[in-house]
Amino acid sequence: MNYVIIGNGTAAVGTIEGIRAVDPTGPITVISDEIYPVYGRPLISYLLLGKTTEDKMLHYRPADFYEKNGVKTMLGCTVTKIDPAAKAVMLEGGETVPYDKLCICTGSRPFVPPMEGLDTVQNKTSFMTLDDAKRLDAMLGDANDKRVLIIGAGLIGLKCAEGIYQRVKELTVIDLAPRILPNVLTEVPASIIQKHIETKGVHFILGDSVARFDGDTATLQSGGTINFDVLVIAVGVRPNTELAAEAGCEVNRGILIDDRSATTVPDIYAAGDCTVSHDITADTDRILAILPNAYMQGETAGRNMAGGKTSFDKAVPMNASGFMGLHMITAGSYDGETYLEQDDEHYKLLVTRDNHLVGFIMIGDVDRAGIYTSLIRERTPLDTIDFDLIREKPQLMAFSRAERAKKLGGAH
Amino acid sequence: MKRVYVNEKWCLGCHLCEYYCAFANSGKSSMVKALKDHKIAPRIRIEERNNISFAVNCRHCTDPLCVKGCISGALTIVDGAVHIDSDKCVGCYTCILSCPYGALSTSNEGAIQKCELCAKNEFGQPLCVQGCPNKAIVYEER
Repeated sequence: MNYVIIGNGTAAVGTIEGIRAVDPTGPITVISDEIYPVYGRPLISYLLLGKTTEDKMLHYRPADFYEKNGVKTMLGCTVTKIDPAAKAVMLEGGETVPYDKLCICTGSRPFVPPMEGLDTVQNKTSFMTLDDAKRLDAMLGDANDKRVLIIGAGLIGLKCAEGIYQRVKELTVIDLAPRILPNVLTEVPASIIQKHIETKGVHFILGDSVARFDGDTATLQSGGTINFDVLVIAVGVRPNTELAAEAGCEVNRGILIDDRSATTVPDIYAAGDCTVSHDITADTDRILAILPNAYMQGETAGRNMAGGKTSFDKAVPMNASGFMGLHMITAGSYDGETYLEQDDEHYKLLVTRDNHLVGFIMIGDVDRAGIYTSLIRERTPLDTIDFDLIREKPQLMAFSRAERAKKLGGAH
Repeated sequence: MKRVYVNEKWCLGCHLCEYYCAFANSGKSSMVKALKDHKIAPRIRIEERNNISFAVNCRHCTDPLCVKGCISGALTIVDGAVHIDSDKCVGCYTCILSCPYGALSTSNEGAIQKCELCAKNEFGQPLCVQGCPNKAIVYEER
C-alpha cells in the first residue's frame, strides 16, 4: 500500500503514526509547502516569549522520525490538484505522485477580512506559522520601541500578545466582540483574564473594529485613532479545503469526514484543522481547530488507511492556555445547568445537561482538570459517580470503588 | 511492561509514598536533605476521605492522551513508559487538560512533572513502592 499525506503538521504526524501502528512497511510520502520538519504550531508564541527555541520546536518529533518511519518528505512542494480517478496528486512544476490511500492534512490559513487601506500598512503579519513568528520577531527588533496593534482577541491574538508584551512599547488588542476569547469563554471568566492581562500593560478595545488604515494609523468604527508600528492580524482561521473540494470531497466550511476520518471520496481521508468535527458536547458539527483533535483524527485516518478498523467519535472542544502566568483550562459547551465557584484568584464553572457533564471552565487552579475532561469525553452518567465530590474538585474518589480498581489497578 | 498498581484496600494513608517520591526526584543524597523544611511536590498523590485512601500516579497508558495532545513533543513513550522532557515542555498544561487520572502536575520550574517510574533518577525502580509499608502500591507486570 502506497500512502500520500498532504501537509506536515500534527494531523500528518498522527496519520504517519497511525499507519505505522498497522502497516510497518508501506511507503509513505509527505508533501508540504512549508520547508520545515513538523513543529507544534501553538509553540510560536512561546518562541517569541523565549520559552522555547526554533531548534527545540523543530524537534516536535526526534530528528530521525521520518527516516525511522520510512517516510519520504517533499518539503517546499505545493500540491495543485488531486486526481481521484488517476489516484495521484499533481505538484506545482508538473510532477505527479501516485497514491493508494491519501490523507489531506492541509490545516487552515489566517482569515484576513477586507479592510480599507490595509495595503498601505508597511509592517504587518498574521500569526500562525514559524515564518510568521520570525517575521514578527524581525519587525519588533530588540529596542523595545514598537507600538503593536493586534486585531483579534481570540486565542491566537492573546497568545501573540503574551509572546511579545515584554518587548514592545505599546500593545493594543482590538476585537469586534464585546469580550476577549469570545469562542472559548463566557463573560465573567473572560473579564477575569482580561483584567489580568491588562495589569501587564496590554490595552484592550472591545466591541469596536478598524474602519480603515492609513499607513501607521488605524481609524476605528467608533471614530478614534490608533498609531502603531506593527500590525498583527489574528482575526481567525479558515480551513484549507480547495484541493479536497476540487477532488469531489464534500465540503461544508471544512472537509466532511466520518468517524473513520474518511471523506466522501473513496481512498481519500482527511484530518485536522481542515475538517469538520462532530462536537459531542453540543451534538453539532463544527470546526475544532485544536491540536489534540488533529492528532486523534490523523491517527484514526492512518490506521484505517492501512486496513485497520478504528473510529474517533469523541471530539470535544478544549483548550489549555496560560496568559502571563494565569492559567485557563476549558472544555465542552456551556449550555445547561451550571455550578459555579469563584473567589478572587480562581474561577470554576461546571455545566451539566441530561445527567452528563458537558463543559467546564477553570481559571487559576487547573489541577487535575483532565478528570473533568474525561467525564465529558466518556459521557459518564453523573448518577454513577458522587457528583458532590466531583463538584468539590476533580478527584477519583468520586468514582465507585470498583471503577477505581479498574483505573488504578488494571492494565491500560 | 511493569507498572505501579494501587490496591486501595491496603493503603494506610500514611503518605510515605509521597515523601519517597519527592526524595527520589530531588537529587539530594538523603531524605533529610531532600525533605526537611521543604514543601514537597511529589508525582504520586494520596487521595483520602473518611476511611478511604489511595495513591494516584501516572498509569503509563498504552494509548496516552497526554502524549497525543502534547503541543511541544515533550511527552513521549520510551520503552512503554511515558516520559517528560522538561527542557522541551513550555508549560501549556494541555496534558493536565487531557489526563483522565489527574496524574500530571505543575512544578515550580514551569514545566509539568509526572511519574517516570524512577527510570531517570539514581534509584531506577519506583521508590514509592519500596517505601510503602503495606504493599498498597506494587510494581509488577499485569
